[in-house]
Amino acid sequence: MSPSLADLRRLDRRWIFLAIGVLVVAPLLTGFHIAPVRPGARAKGFYDAIERVPAGATVLLAGDYDPGTIAENYPMHLAAARQLMSRNIKIIAVELYPGGPPLADRVLRIAGEEFHKRESYDYVNLGFKSGNEVVMSQMGSSIPRTFPADRRGIPVSQIPVMKGVENFSQIALLVSVSAGFPGTKEWVQQVVSRYHVPMIAGVTAVSAPEYYPYLQAGQLQGLLGGMAGAAEYEVLVGHPALATRGMDAQSLAHVFIAFMILLGNIAALPQRSAGKKQGPSA
Amino acid sequence: MKREVPLLISIAAGIFVLIGFFVPHPAIRTTYDDIQQWVIIVVAFTYVLGMANLLRINVEQVRRRAKDWPYKAALVAALLITMAVGFSEGTRYLNDGTRFSWIYNTFYSSMSSTMFSLLAFFIASAAFRAFRVRTVEALLLAIAAFILMLGRVPIGNIIHPLLPQAADWLMEIPQNAAKRGILMGAALGVMATGFRIILGIERTYGSESGGG
Repeated sequence: MSPSLADLRRLDRRWIFLAIGVLVVAPLLTGFHIAPVRPGARAKGFYDAIERVPAGATVLLAGDYDPGTIAENYPMHLAAARQLMSRNIKIIAVELYPGGPPLADRVLRIAGEEFHKRESYDYVNLGFKSGNEVVMSQMGSSIPRTFPADRRGIPVSQIPVMKGVENFSQIALLVSVSAGFPGTKEWVQQVVSRYHVPMIAGVTAVSAPEYYPYLQAGQLQGLLGGMAGAAEYEVLVGHPALATRGMDAQSLAHVFIAFMILLGNIAALPQRSAGKKQGPSA
Repeated sequence: MKREVPLLISIAAGIFVLIGFFVPHPAIRTTYDDIQQWVIIVVAFTYVLGMANLLRINVEQVRRRAKDWPYKAALVAALLITMAVGFSEGTRYLNDGTRFSWIYNTFYSSMSSTMFSLLAFFIASAAFRAFRVRTVEALLLAIAAFILMLGRVPIGNIIHPLLPQAADWLMEIPQNAAKRGILMGAALGVMATGFRIILGIERTYGSESGGG
């Protein structure tokens, strides 16, 4: 047995933690750049779906996530708000996660200031409502009945951007930024399949595979998966920001994890050959 | 009666909601909407119940000085302080500059993000210590993992231009086919369970030992 491989097997995992920490933090702090982000077909689908919405139309922006997934969901949420406002599309924001409203507020405020949009006139955040899928279904009957007031407590009847909005018939596009349940899957099941509202989604990388069947079936017109999807979309919107900067860190982290799998198996090789020599029980 | 009454309510609500889903007639639609409003209100009350349960269990453990009681005391204190601050600031509790907003940004947001970020460290460690290629299936999994991990980030294109395409193919063809099968199977299972509950023949639902 090679002593160096035995040493490798006993490697203190704190060295691995240190290495991944350095690889993630260094590109973010130094601005070290590895490769350009190239938008894929799914991100283009997301972007094009918003481009197809006529100016002045109303879009529902569902921000169903909380700070736990801020690294992945927040950049795509902000980029979507930027694209919508740049095209003079009105935004009605809702959140089905209790921790979501402050993030949606922040996104709308930042994009609103950039594009000189006014709250209540160009966008509104209706806030959080408990009830998961039932809230989505109820919005199909009446959005003002489901959300009688916005997040600040102003009755929707007094909010200009809500004028004439009764249910999904007045919604040109549903944009779902989702971390899990309740989120994109439930919006597809409750709203797209029933009211045939065009929909696009931005989701966490770990949950993205779940939505490919909906994308292939045409129930989703575009899909952003994790920080990579958000970075591609930021490039399309022409405003590379948080996600684009994060992709260099993610690139290095992925290469390191792949290397760790390889290294771990190389380190285990002598053990495996010893086991084969001893017989199948080893 | 303890079993029959909840079961009857479930059956009636289930049948009505099922009909309401497909029949847009105003007579049905109005009641359907009312039932949905009730559900929203009931779900809101579950937050209160959850909080009461959390307080009951943790206060008791702090009182008995059970194992790790200081953590439970911190949990109860954080819950009560956050609630008190939120209530004291009324409907503007989430506005910029409020004390609740400070708690949200300083504690809740930072700690939630930290929990998620820790995954990177544990995945890297697990990749080294636990991912062993011992079988053909494990080898296939490792190859797919390599292609996806490298093909989904910009550096993949530098390593080899075909990597991103291979990653897309993996996601759109084999992964999608498997996921579609799982989704269809799960949907059929949900439908079957739903029908069993509506028809009152699901034994676990409503029984004392069951999950319903």
